[in-house]
Amino acid sequence: MGVDGSHEAKTTYREAMREALRQALRSDERVFLMGEDVGRYGGCFGVSLGLLEEFGPERVRDTPLSESAFVGAGIGAALAGMRPVVEIMTVNFSLLALDQILNNAATLLHMSGGQLPVPLVIRMTTGAGRQLAAQHSHSLEGWYAHIPGIRVLAPATLEDARHMLAPALADPDPVLIFEHGSLYNVSGELLEPTAPVDLEHAAIRRPGTDISLITYGGSLPKALAAADELAAEGISAEVIDLRTLRPLDAEAITASVARTHRAVVIDEAWRTGSLAAEVSARIAEESFYELDAPVERVCSAEVPMPYARRLEEAALPQPADIVAAAHRAVN
Amino acid sequence: MSAARATRTRKDPAPPKSGKETTTTRRSASTEAPARQPDTGHRTDLLESMLRIRHFEERCVELYSAAKIRGFVHLYIGEEAVAVGVNEALTPEDAVVSTYREHGHALARGITADAVMAEMYGRTTGCSGGRGGSMHLFDASRRFYGGNAIVAGGLPLAAGLALADRMRERTNVTCCFFGDGAFAEGEFHETANLAALWKLPVLLVCENNRYAMGTALERHEAQTDLAMRAASYGMVAWAVDGMDVEVVEQAARRAVEGIRAGTGPHFLELRTYRFRAHSMYDPDRYRDRTEIERWKSRDPISLLTDRMRDNGELGDKDVATIEQRITAEIDRAVEAAEQAPEEPVEHLLHHVTSSSAEAVS
Repeated sequence: MGVDGSHEAKTTYREAMREALRQALRSDERVFLMGEDVGRYGGCFGVSLGLLEEFGPERVRDTPLSESAFVGAGIGAALAGMRPVVEIMTVNFSLLALDQILNNAATLLHMSGGQLPVPLVIRMTTGAGRQLAAQHSHSLEGWYAHIPGIRVLAPATLEDARHMLAPALADPDPVLIFEHGSLYNVSGELLEPTAPVDLEHAAIRRPGTDISLITYGGSLPKALAAADELAAEGISAEVIDLRTLRPLDAEAITASVARTHRAVVIDEAWRTGSLAAEVSARIAEESFYELDAPVERVCSAEVPMPYARRLEEAALPQPADIVAAAHRAVN
Repeated sequence: MSAARATRTRKDPAPPKSGKETTTTRRSASTEAPARQPDTGHRTDLLESMLRIRHFEERCVELYSAAKIRGFVHLYIGEEAVAVGVNEALTPEDAVVSTYREHGHALARGITADAVMAEMYGRTTGCSGGRGGSMHLFDASRRFYGGNAIVAGGLPLAAGLALADRMRERTNVTCCFFGDGAFAEGEFHETANLAALWKLPVLLVCENNRYAMGTALERHEAQTDLAMRAASYGMVAWAVDGMDVEVVEQAARRAVEGIRAGTGPHFLELRTYRFRAHSMYDPDRYRDRTEIERWKSRDPISLLTDRMRDNGELGDKDVATIEQRITAEIDRAVEAAEQAPEEPVEHLLHHVTSSSAEAVS
C-alpha cells in the first residue's frame, strides 16, 4: 500500500490514527479520549501511546473495565457539549455497551424529536488474523451498520486512518470507527489527500473493467492482492473500498457494476445476514439487468473464530478465495 | 461531609408507620441545612406540584381507557413526593435523567402539562414532538434528558453529563432517577463505581418502590439495604422516607450541597410506593391488598395536607382552589392535545440523523 524505497518518511496505520487523535486533541478543547488503558498503558494496540503525557489525565482518561458506563458517559458528555472519543478494545467487548450504543446513542435524537444530537465518536478494533480466538476476533461492524442513527466507518488505508477522525468529530451524530487489527502495522508513505476526506463516498482503490471486488477494512489488502493476481491473468478487477458502511454509498456500487457487470463482495464477517448480504441485495435491486453473472460472496466460515493458525486462516477470506470467486463470475 | 459519613448509611423501617420521621436526614437537616425554613407558601407550592402530577396521571388513566393515549403508561401515583422534593434542590442549570415512570419528574421540572399531554397524544406539540410518548419525555431547554426505558440505562448518561460539566468547570449537578430494580443491573454498579472513582457531581436518586415490575425487592436482591450497597462504592448514601415531601426536599438539598462542595456523588434511597399497577397492562396480582392500603395511609399528598391543616396553614377552600386551578390546567392541556396537529407521514424519517432532522425551534 505504500511506496517502498521512498525517501519520504514512512508511517504506520497506528501512527496515522495517533496523529489524527493528537490533532483532534490539539485543535478542539472539547475533545477528549476515554477508554480502557488508553492512558498509562498507551492503548491496548498502542494507538494512544504518548497522548497522556502530552494532554494529561483529564483529556486522556483511563476507565475501569465498564464498557457500558464509559460508553454511556461518552454519550452524556456529548450531550453536554463535549466531543468525546471513546475507545473500546475490541468489537466483541462493545457488546457489553450495546445497550448504550443502540438504545441511547443511536436513538436519543429521534426519541427527543430532534432535540438531542449525540456528537460522539467510538473507535474499536475489529477482525481476526492474530490467533486471538473466538472472543477477540469477530467482525461485527455489519451489525452496527444495521442501526439507523449512527454512521459506521472502516478506514482501510493510511490516509483514511489519518483523515477520517476530524470529519467524524465534526459530525453531529454518533460515529463508530472500526479499525481492523491486522492494519495497525501496515506502513507506507502517508500522502496528503488531494481533496477533503469525506464520510459519504466509497473509493475506487484500483480501477478495472472486468469485475468489481467490493470490500472494506481489513479485507481491502486481500482484495488488492487478488486483483494483482487476476491482472496477471488478464482479468481487470476494479477494487471498491466501501469506507463508510452506513450509510452505504449505493451509487458507487451501482456505477462500478455498470462498468464491470460482475461483482464479488468480500466481507470478513459471517456470510449469513452480513454486510455482504446487504451489498448483494442492493446489487440485485439496482443492477439486476447489468449483471452478466451471479454476485459472488467471500466471507468468513460460519464458525466461532478458532485459535489454531491453520484453522483461523481457513476460516477467513483469503486472496485465493477471492480469485476463485472472480473466476466463477468471469467464466 | 466527613469521611466517616461517606460510608455511613441508615436503615429506615418500611413502610413507615406514621408521619414521625427519625432519620439522620431529618436531624441533620435541622442543624446543617437551615438555609431555607419551609414556610406556608413553600409548602403550598409543594402541595400544588404534587397535586398537578396526581391529577395529570388520573386524567391519563381516563384517557387511556378511552383509547386516546396508547403504548406503555407507567403511573407515578403515590411517589409524587420524590420528584417534587428532589426537584426543589435543583437549579435550572442542573441536569435531570429520568426513567420510563417519569411524568412526575417532567412536570416537577417545569415541563408544562400541555407539552407532556401532547406527547402522550403523539402530537407534534409534545415535548418530544410525538416521537417518544409516555416513556420518552425530553426537554433540552430544561436539561431534562429523558425518559430512559431501559432499567439503569440512564445512569451512564448521567455520569457523562456530570463529567462534561466538571470538565467545563461548571458547578452543575446531574440528578439521575432510577428504581430499586436498577440494583440488579450491571449499569448501576458500573456507574456507581465510575462516578465515585472520578468524584462526579451526580445525585443518584433511587426510588425504592419495593417492586421491579412485579418482583418484590426481597425476591430480586440478596441484600435489600440499598443505601448501604451504594455507600460501599465510597459515596455518601442515605435511606429516607420518600412519602414525606419535606423530608425528601431536605435530604436532596443536603446531598446537592455536598455534591456542589466537590465531595463527589451522593445517593438517596427514597422509600416509596406506587399505588397503581406497574403499567396499564398490569393486573397487579403480586401485591397484597393490605400492603397497598398500608402505604396509601401514608399518601404523600394527604401527609402534607394534614400537616398543613394541623398547623392551620391550609383550609378546605385552599385545597379546592388549587385543585380547580390544576383541573383547568389539565383540561386545557387535553383540549390543546386533541386539537394539536399530527406529524405528516412524509416526516417519518426526520430526526434519524441530524441531516434528516428539521431544525428544532
